[in-house]
Amino acid sequence: MIAAKLAAIFFSMILVNNYVLVKFLGICAFLGVSKNLDSAVGMSAAVTAVMAIATAVTWPIQQLLNAADLGYLQTIIFILVIAVLVQLLEMFLKKFVPKLYVSLGIYLPLITTNCAVLGVTILNIEEGYTYLESIVCAVGAGVGFLLAMFLFCYVRQRVEAAHPPKCFEGLPITLVAAAIVALSFSGFGGIIENLFGV
Amino acid sequence: MSKLGIVLNGIGKENPALRLVLGTCPTLAVTTLAMNGLGMGLSATFVLICSGMTVSALRKVIPDKVRLPAYITIIATFVTVLMMLVKAYLPSLNNSLGVYLPLIVVNCIILGRAEMFASKNGIVDSALDGLGMGLGFTLTLVLMGSVRELLGSGSIFGINLRLPVEPMIMFITPAGGFLVFGLLMALVVWIEEKNGQRIERKVGCEGCPSAGICNGKECDKG
Repeated sequence: MIAAKLAAIFFSMILVNNYVLVKFLGICAFLGVSKNLDSAVGMSAAVTAVMAIATAVTWPIQQLLNAADLGYLQTIIFILVIAVLVQLLEMFLKKFVPKLYVSLGIYLPLITTNCAVLGVTILNIEEGYTYLESIVCAVGAGVGFLLAMFLFCYVRQRVEAAHPPKCFEGLPITLVAAAIVALSFSGFGGIIENLFGV
Repeated sequence: MSKLGIVLNGIGKENPALRLVLGTCPTLAVTTLAMNGLGMGLSATFVLICSGMTVSALRKVIPDKVRLPAYITIIATFVTVLMMLVKAYLPSLNNSLGVYLPLIVVNCIILGRAEMFASKNGIVDSALDGLGMGLGFTLTLVLMGSVRELLGSGSIFGINLRLPVEPMIMFITPAGGFLVFGLLMALVVWIEEKNGQRIERKVGCEGCPSAGICNGKECDKG
């Protein structure tokens, strides 16, 4: 039963509640870094890692805040914790895993102000998820981010090869293309309930 | 620049959503209703003005090296104040904005203006800049919200217009958000081209004002 619930959370974060295409979190990264595949995958991997670690750290902190009746400090504490975590992760990778640092490190500083990371930590608390569910949800959100970036990268290459009307060139046509990708994701509505029966 | 010029700058020339392409997430997410757009815009305006004034007042005290965490703390403080006010006096707005209310903290418009304007200018100018940027943002959100509400629910500001055609649900879905924003931006570009003043729009790091904070070394060249 627990496994089914975790699977339901995981897949609904990827397909039904996709952070980029349905909840509009992390749009800057989505539009900015989806031009070539390498950077799209690198950015998504970094976002997934930071989301999972940030959730793992902020969830216990929220319990402490609740116990001390300081729930209103959530926003300030969370954003500072995320900023510190990103710095620590960058230092850790630089020192111990330089290979990974070269491929992921350049995206890390951008992630502090990526709303998907703060969003997932706050939403996990609001949903009332347990510790395990929160982490599964964060990883699912990251994989959903990766999927959206990956798909959109190819869509974008096609769009840039085409010749839209002059006033649509660049960002406007990219947004219209994103609308079509988002529309295709809305077809997944209801799939989770049918698959997992929860 | 004159005082009025600073305010008008945010509404026209440097409109945050349509010309600087900042704060895209709330622009797309909350504009299913015109009223939500207005609420979000005014909330961001409040935070912009307050954090701009505070950053400006402390600009000689904050050491250069720790300015990013300092700005984030200042912004987060005002967002917390805002959340308490909205929760207490406008509970329905609180419900409809949901998680996007605390997410004003990571709205690049606010951090961007702290870095680009408030850290270099006086308190009064920074407040006016915040007002202008906030109004420009609000205007865009209300416009987006009105179009989406009109086409998607057949009403405007909650008033049912009893149109003879069936509303198109697609416009209040996420896809409609991308579509309307894309079309609105195309319209602005079209006007710019008519006047021969088209600007290049950049998203991501290269267009991000926070690039100054990460020293530009992190820019994605892709």
